[in-house]
Amino acid sequence: MHDKGMTVDEVVAELRDGMTVGIGGWGSRRKPMALVTAIAKSSLKDLTVVSYGGPDVGMLCATGKVRKAVYGFVSLDSIPLDPHFRRARQNGEIEVSEFDEGSLQWGLYAAALRLPFLPTRAGLGTDVMRNNPGLRTVDSPYDDGEKLLAMPAIHLDAALVHMNRADIFGNAQYLGPDIYFDDLYCLAAEKRYVSCERIVDTAELAAAGPPQSLKINRMMVDGVIEAPGGAGFTSCVPDYGRDEVAQKAYAAGEIFVEASR
Amino acid sequence: MSDVTRDVTRAEICVAACAEAWRGDGEIIASPMGLIPALGARLAKMTFALGLMLSDGDADYLTDPTGTASLVEAHIPYRQLFDFVWHGSRHVMMGASQLDKFGNQNISAIGTDFARPKAQLIGVRGAPGNTVNHPTSYWIANHSPKVFVEKVDVVSGLGYDRARGVGHAARFHELRRVVTNLAVFDFQTKDNRMRIRSVHPGVSVDDVVEATGFVLVGTDNPETTPEPDDVALWLIREVLDPENTREREVPSAKRG
Repeated sequence: MHDKGMTVDEVVAELRDGMTVGIGGWGSRRKPMALVTAIAKSSLKDLTVVSYGGPDVGMLCATGKVRKAVYGFVSLDSIPLDPHFRRARQNGEIEVSEFDEGSLQWGLYAAALRLPFLPTRAGLGTDVMRNNPGLRTVDSPYDDGEKLLAMPAIHLDAALVHMNRADIFGNAQYLGPDIYFDDLYCLAAEKRYVSCERIVDTAELAAAGPPQSLKINRMMVDGVIEAPGGAGFTSCVPDYGRDEVAQKAYAAGEIFVEASR
Repeated sequence: MSDVTRDVTRAEICVAACAEAWRGDGEIIASPMGLIPALGARLAKMTFALGLMLSDGDADYLTDPTGTASLVEAHIPYRQLFDFVWHGSRHVMMGASQLDKFGNQNISAIGTDFARPKAQLIGVRGAPGNTVNHPTSYWIANHSPKVFVEKVDVVSGLGYDRARGVGHAARFHELRRVVTNLAVFDFQTKDNRMRIRSVHPGVSVDDVVEATGFVLVGTDNPETTPEPDDVALWLIREVLDPENTREREVPSAKRG
């Protein structure tokens, strides 16, 4: 076990142009906005961003960091559509791979398990096939003869997730309603960076929540960043809920909006 | 209550019609998207579809959909929700920016050039997986030729013609109902074309035909959508939506 403490700027310095970066959370919930904001303000470019998309995708589009977005949706939850992402799309500024949200999980899971693909029905017959011409189907080798979509592994160069608590060794804890797919992002990535509201002693993790809340552990983590308020205006319950006023300002065009807490 | 004092609004007809979509579904997750479907699902759970599982919008599932004295009976984070989607134990009611006569749905983007759409929408989201795995219904708050089109720009949710093309792997595909502010539809024709099931009180078949951008089936003397009964009406007004938020989504001014 060793100290994996890093600063936000040290994480950004480890990233390179053209990398594929997976961003945890869901919509406008528990997004690693401290890390995302630092990337948006850096000189990085040509990133491929993989996300259950929220303001992370919009902010990186608005600042010209995105070459390609891989997503099932981009939404701010209480505001259905992200205007910055829409503008980038409607100006033809970015490439996209838009998948069924369950297939996206399958892509991350395949990468995590070091499999080339996982089979699914989600996407068959739809324009997901037309709009992602690289997708292939696979015939079941068994008697059922079913033809399924072979969802390819989505390998990540880096994963960025935001947790409620972590210890300095990389054991991390979510205290909210849902881990979303943050653990899969970590397993699918070469380098895994976990920001958190507070770095605590390992003993405090067990005191703060049930053992089941420790879904991310030190095997899956390369860097731990203490970033209070690090989910920005997105929700990070129970530490704080979504800052709807700040989110409205973001949607109205103010990209780097300060959450008021 | 007499018919005069009942004075049922279009919004209330729509809530009851949405509720009907879940009739007979048993113990499955009901996932309503939007206000009127959410009221409908809760009404169904409180009256004739007691087995339905309803979430709080996050991962907790509540015994009592009114929210008062409600108990958490299950915890289903997204990871497990997707398992249930693919298992088939769910019936979703989604919205649609476009819907065609076979029930192909678009929530992804408007425009024929996907590389540079005229309007980017939310994305295909769970529509491909939902429609191929379990029953799906649709709610359209504003029935118009812009929504009901001959051909949708990006097929997100699978319609019957394309499901036939997929074959065996699409055997769990089922579009149950389309409920709009004007009428209720199903796909129970030989070739699974969208068919008028009932027209809401105060709406004429011509109104529906005019607001639909493709040729409709079932235009000969369709039934009238039933009004909610007294108990359902009381639940909608006094328990589920005392603030009358439903009126904002389906204003009474739109009554025929």
